[in-house]
Amino acid sequence: MPRFRVGIHITPRRGLLDPQGEAVAGALHSLGFNGVKRAHVGRYIVLETDAADSSAAATDVRAMCEKLLANPVTEDFEIEPASPV
Amino acid sequence: MKFGIVTFPGSNCDYDAYHAVVDQLGAEASYIWHKDTDLQRSDVIILPGGFSYGDYLRAGAIARFSPVMKEVVAHARRGAPVLCICNGFQIACEAGMLPGALMRNRGLQFISAPIRLRVDNPATMFTNLYRQNEILTIPIAHGDGRYAASPETLRSLEGEGQIVFRYSDEYGELTAAANPNGSELSIAGIVSDAGNVFGMMPHPERAMEPALGSTDGVRLFESLLAGVAA
Repeated sequence: MPRFRVGIHITPRRGLLDPQGEAVAGALHSLGFNGVKRAHVGRYIVLETDAADSSAAATDVRAMCEKLLANPVTEDFEIEPASPV
Repeated sequence: MKFGIVTFPGSNCDYDAYHAVVDQLGAEASYIWHKDTDLQRSDVIILPGGFSYGDYLRAGAIARFSPVMKEVVAHARRGAPVLCICNGFQIACEAGMLPGALMRNRGLQFISAPIRLRVDNPATMFTNLYRQNEILTIPIAHGDGRYAASPETLRSLEGEGQIVFRYSDEYGELTAAANPNGSELSIAGIVSDAGNVFGMMPHPERAMEPALGSTDGVRLFESLLAGVAA
């Protein structure tokens, strides 16, 4: 079975208070990067997983995000296209 | 009447909980290792504070896969009491035993300090020896204690009286300044819709004797003793 590498971005749910993102935006402003309007700090997870094809890999990873990797109450996730390893 | 205190790798308030119920209340208690599946005929399960699994991924996210948790969930489904303190509250939310989630504190700092709580529901098996709107002093010690839930869940918790403790000032006002971590609706503790799973971020087991600065935690454990014995 082919192996795929899949990257997953997990970020705080938009609309919920994100104090870490606000602190980072504030620090960027104090460096003079005043164009920054918003910052969100999350996690980036890289998985290598065996699957029949890239679409099966994406389906698996979506289920992993819903069941464990992201908290359905507080976090959003985006899955990058699976690339063959 | 017996307490079962679950020890996960990284739990650090299991001994405090044991000291509270055994040495101070004279109740019986056993430690239950997270890999065990025997709850040792415990009437009340305590999920104690700490940093189970190093808070990897999210606080409480990995602990819910410990073998003991299947039995704890079954215990809760039978209507038996589960007291979830601090990391225990985070675990219970991750395990779906309580709604919502605990997020990073608003101020990003770990806070270890005595805080005030208002008793919003003294009609639970965990709080029946407190008075409505009574103000308690109980310590918190957490970095991820900001309670969050969907607006529908928050409305339902409030409507059903499931909000048991709220962070308040000395007059019982729910001010932003009195809310140490930015929790929604100043929520410090909630009970499940069936009433037998209770999660709270503050540590009642650390408010058991004058030398600790407060004895306001005592009646929580006494409430349980009275309720379960009855």
